[in-house]
Amino acid sequence: MLEVKDLHVTVEDKVILKGLNLTINAGEVHAIMGPNGAGKSTLSAVIAGKDGYEVTQGTILFEGQDVLEMEIEERARAGLLLGFQYPIEIPGVKNIYLLKAALNAQRAARGEGEIPAPEFMKLVREKSTDMKMDPSFLQRAVNEGFSGGEKKRNEILQMLILQPKLAMLDEIDSGLDIDAMKVVADGVNSLRNADRAILLVTHYQRLLNHIVPDHVHVLVDGRIVKSGGKDLALELEERGYDWVLEESVA
Amino acid sequence: MSAPERFLERLTARRGGDPSWVAARRQAGAARFEAMGFPTRRDEQWKYTDVRRIAEGDFALATDAEFDSARFDEQRLDIDAYRLVLVDGLFSPALSELDGLPSGVSIEPLSQAIVANHEAVGGSLGRLAGVDFSPFTALNTAFADEGAIVRLASGTVVDKPIYVLLLSRANGQPVMSHPRILIEAGARAEATIIEHYSGESEAANFTNVVTEVLLDRGAIIDHYKLQEAALTDLHVASIHVDQGRDSRFNSYNMNLGGALVRTDLVTDLNGEGAEAAYNGLFFVQGRQHVDNHTLVNHNAPRTFSNENYKGVLDDRSRGVFNGKVFVKKDAQQIEAYQNNANLLLSDRAEIDTKPELVIYADDVKCSHGATTGQLDEDAVYALRSRGIDEPMARALLTLAFVGEVMDKVRLNVIAERVERAVAGRLPERFNLADLVETAEAIQEA
Amino acid sequence: MASEEMEQLVRREYKQGFVTDIESETVPPGLDESTIAFISQKKEEPRWMLEWRLEAYHQWLKMTPPSWSHLEYPPIDYQAISYFSAPKKPEDRPQSLDEVDPKLLETYEKLGIPLHERAALAGVAVDAVFDSVSVATTFKDKLHEAGVIFCSISEAIREYPELVRQYLGTVVPQSDNYFAALNSAVFTDGSFVYVPEGVKCPMELSTYFRINAANTGQFERTLVVCDKRAQVSYLEGCTAPMRDENQLHAAVVELVALEDAYIKYSTVQNWYPGDENGKGGIYNFVTKRGDCRGDRSRISWTQVETGSAITWKYPSCMLRGKESIGEFYSVAVTNGRQQADTGTKMIHIGENTRSTIVAKGIAAGRSDQAYRGLVKIGPRAKGARNYTQCDSLLIGDQCGAHTFPYQEIGNSTATVEHEATTSKIADDQLFYCRARGIDEEDAVSMIVNGFCKDVFQELPMEFAVEAEALLNVTLEGSVG
Repeated sequence: MLEVKDLHVTVEDKVILKGLNLTINAGEVHAIMGPNGAGKSTLSAVIAGKDGYEVTQGTILFEGQDVLEMEIEERARAGLLLGFQYPIEIPGVKNIYLLKAALNAQRAARGEGEIPAPEFMKLVREKSTDMKMDPSFLQRAVNEGFSGGEKKRNEILQMLILQPKLAMLDEIDSGLDIDAMKVVADGVNSLRNADRAILLVTHYQRLLNHIVPDHVHVLVDGRIVKSGGKDLALELEERGYDWVLEESVA
Repeated sequence: MSAPERFLERLTARRGGDPSWVAARRQAGAARFEAMGFPTRRDEQWKYTDVRRIAEGDFALATDAEFDSARFDEQRLDIDAYRLVLVDGLFSPALSELDGLPSGVSIEPLSQAIVANHEAVGGSLGRLAGVDFSPFTALNTAFADEGAIVRLASGTVVDKPIYVLLLSRANGQPVMSHPRILIEAGARAEATIIEHYSGESEAANFTNVVTEVLLDRGAIIDHYKLQEAALTDLHVASIHVDQGRDSRFNSYNMNLGGALVRTDLVTDLNGEGAEAAYNGLFFVQGRQHVDNHTLVNHNAPRTFSNENYKGVLDDRSRGVFNGKVFVKKDAQQIEAYQNNANLLLSDRAEIDTKPELVIYADDVKCSHGATTGQLDEDAVYALRSRGIDEPMARALLTLAFVGEVMDKVRLNVIAERVERAVAGRLPERFNLADLVETAEAIQEA
Repeated sequence: MASEEMEQLVRREYKQGFVTDIESETVPPGLDESTIAFISQKKEEPRWMLEWRLEAYHQWLKMTPPSWSHLEYPPIDYQAISYFSAPKKPEDRPQSLDEVDPKLLETYEKLGIPLHERAALAGVAVDAVFDSVSVATTFKDKLHEAGVIFCSISEAIREYPELVRQYLGTVVPQSDNYFAALNSAVFTDGSFVYVPEGVKCPMELSTYFRINAANTGQFERTLVVCDKRAQVSYLEGCTAPMRDENQLHAAVVELVALEDAYIKYSTVQNWYPGDENGKGGIYNFVTKRGDCRGDRSRISWTQVETGSAITWKYPSCMLRGKESIGEFYSVAVTNGRQQADTGTKMIHIGENTRSTIVAKGIAAGRSDQAYRGLVKIGPRAKGARNYTQCDSLLIGDQCGAHTFPYQEIGNSTATVEHEATTSKIADDQLFYCRARGIDEEDAVSMIVNGFCKDVFQELPMEFAVEAEALLNVTLEGSVG
């Protein structure tokens, strides 16, 4: 589904990614772990198309399409969706407007008509209940005045409604207490199916107890230096990152 | 005879002997002043300030710089500094202390600099404050023959503040003075400069000062203007600042004295990364009138300015604040913040405030705010509920209001002096005995 | 003017046979006393009205156009303007929508203007298309029943001279400013509203207005009077673009609110802004002022300004009555080469008066925009409060946004707060929306609408929806 090859990325003249390779297939959950500053967030931001990241080398293909040639919104409509580490506040714009506009944009890209209002309301109500979000959140401006946990739940709510093919979640557990994390994890787990892939970017193993990955990759200094199964995460939790680094240098 | 003609007539009484380049400038200044005349309230820049008291006055030029030494000790700041003193606009070698200047630092009275150093001074003088800025800068250009020239070589960090004290005497015949101050800071030079206006309490003179400050790359200047002149003195000042790349200019503009005080503070942020911080305070009473006009020109990208002016007005005093932020086209990624807060203590006091933004670049973060009101009644209640009586509670909160600006002041001797002056001038009904001590005690607790 | 001269003037006109020529539909360009006498005659006005106009004219002659605004335009030749032109006869107007510029119709479509209104707005001879007259008549009956007077100002001068005379010019005096003086001398059209004591006007005056007053004059004069405890909501203009050949518009609007009265005055202005090079377009110099004359009265101005090449407009409130309230909610959008200098004045005179100002400016293209406001607290206005919020959004790096708020505060018990920000749409907000699949133009319009929400929610419901659409149409092509 997603194929990243030899990716080099520079941000403000600083080289962040130095030849990263990653392949994700439908139905898989991948976790990217690594110390701070390794380039974890850069990877998901580049895939989503954020400005300011210069790809100097390498390719990103999504279902055979060259992602780097696509506009930000085209990527989203194609099913590549990024959950932000720090969701953005947009004063005055109601949450529900954003959801509806995004969903209809996606449907239009697929050649479908706009979602009928009753169907949309039913969908939104159902999913916000799943995320344990009070319906009043829908009427509030996007992320404005939301607590950290509310913002993160809101990101997952968007995923549940937009149903991406590849959901990328950047540090989705940061700032969450254990109850909120369970809600978020349940939401993410409900997204898992044979047609969809999930990419988790996280610093801590804690999240992976709730969302069990199929593959774990360790990202250090702009490269994936080690890949393994879910046990790798536990090992990292126990031993830290240094040993991987040493191993990879050796 | 028109008022401008009457003023210019005094020029003929001046001693001659100017170098030709100075004489030419005087002429240009006089001609421009005569053409413009005194501003009126129809002029947007002078909408709230009537200068008839100046225009209709009869001011001679001082002929000596004598000053009572006991009084001098009362007036001057108790601070270890390089000191240059002007009395009614004339240089006083006796009261000045310019010995032991470190290398790279030059502080001279203007009269000497013009003669001895005209090549170095002539180029910079008047570069920022031309005769078109206002009738008063033109008038100053016509008359200025004394002042202070401060030059700092690249990389010089001055060990002590540079203190320019301008004293005003109670003369039988009111006098006018047109001091000129030039501060040139070379690359990465650092200094603290104090302009202090003070004098005898019955002085009724007219001071018309122009200050120019040039900051080369990376220079840092802290500039204090402390106005404590007699409540009968008239004062017009303009300060013009040119900032090079990564330079920093911190202005502290404290107004306590004067019958009519008008200050224009203009900064041009010409180099990327330049920063300006304006801190201002005016505390006026009686029939004092204080007008502060500030302008920050963001001419280069990634420049930063932050302005905070506070005013406390009592009796029938009047305050004017006009702060303008101008962002030039293509001066992207700049940040400009401006705030003006005022406290009216009397129903007959008036504040006219106008914070302006003029913006021609889109990638900017600019905000301004202006508030005028009374003390927070919840805070008054909170203090009273701790057993502090109401007048004291109000006085403390007034001091706290002023304190937000004073906290930024890095020279303790000035912070304390202003705070004491504010405490001392708060109305008697506030029962101010030992107030400052109480305030300090609260702060320390 | 002495009554004898007056007499002479009137006679002279008759002698020349100028005003008796009823067939004359348009006076030749130029302005002098005889033009004014002609207008007055044409409108069958009483003598006092003519005197009043002439008084204004003489004051106007002594005045000069204001030069303080942040606007640039060539000097206007007041002698090149024709000051009276009767409405087009039905046969001269388009007979059906097929004859109307398709571009105009396309915009109506985008704005979601109801089909039956499009024809009226496009100037189609209304009777030929649909039965608006009967709709209007129904409204008129309903208003009549409630005792509300709502008619053209000319009709009011004839039918209710005592009411008009009592209030006209008491809020905006003839000599108030250059454009108000001109308007006072030559106004030809406009509306008059009187809501009697205790009456709440049974409908928004908008619906009626949209159908009937599509062709407003160049020098419009509006007077709205709300008697004690009366209420009215009035909507002027409409979201549809107005094509108008008159370049100069100088309207005057006066509102009078007596004790406990409430006037809500909403404006949507979408006149022709000129082409992308700044050619053509309306110059809109308006004087709007409300007088909260009675205690506890309230006047609320809401405006959405997207049109005109030049807008010069400061709807204001004189807060005389104790505890009276003034409000100003404004969205101004400029694109292309438009210029707008707009804002408000809140003059606090009475005790415990309150005012709120929320102004949102959006500048795009090569346009230039200024907010200019005055909050004045008089010495007797004990406990007066003002809150001002004033935000600008810049789209593109060729435009300008400026803020000039004046505060004159002469009372220690007053509380005045002003906050202003200028910014562009944050890159991360755009990215966030686009990363959800919303395209850039939609994302911008969504964010801009969010930015304006505080103002839109003050608009009557149906117009809030249209205003959002209008914003999108105005900003079309400003992104990318």
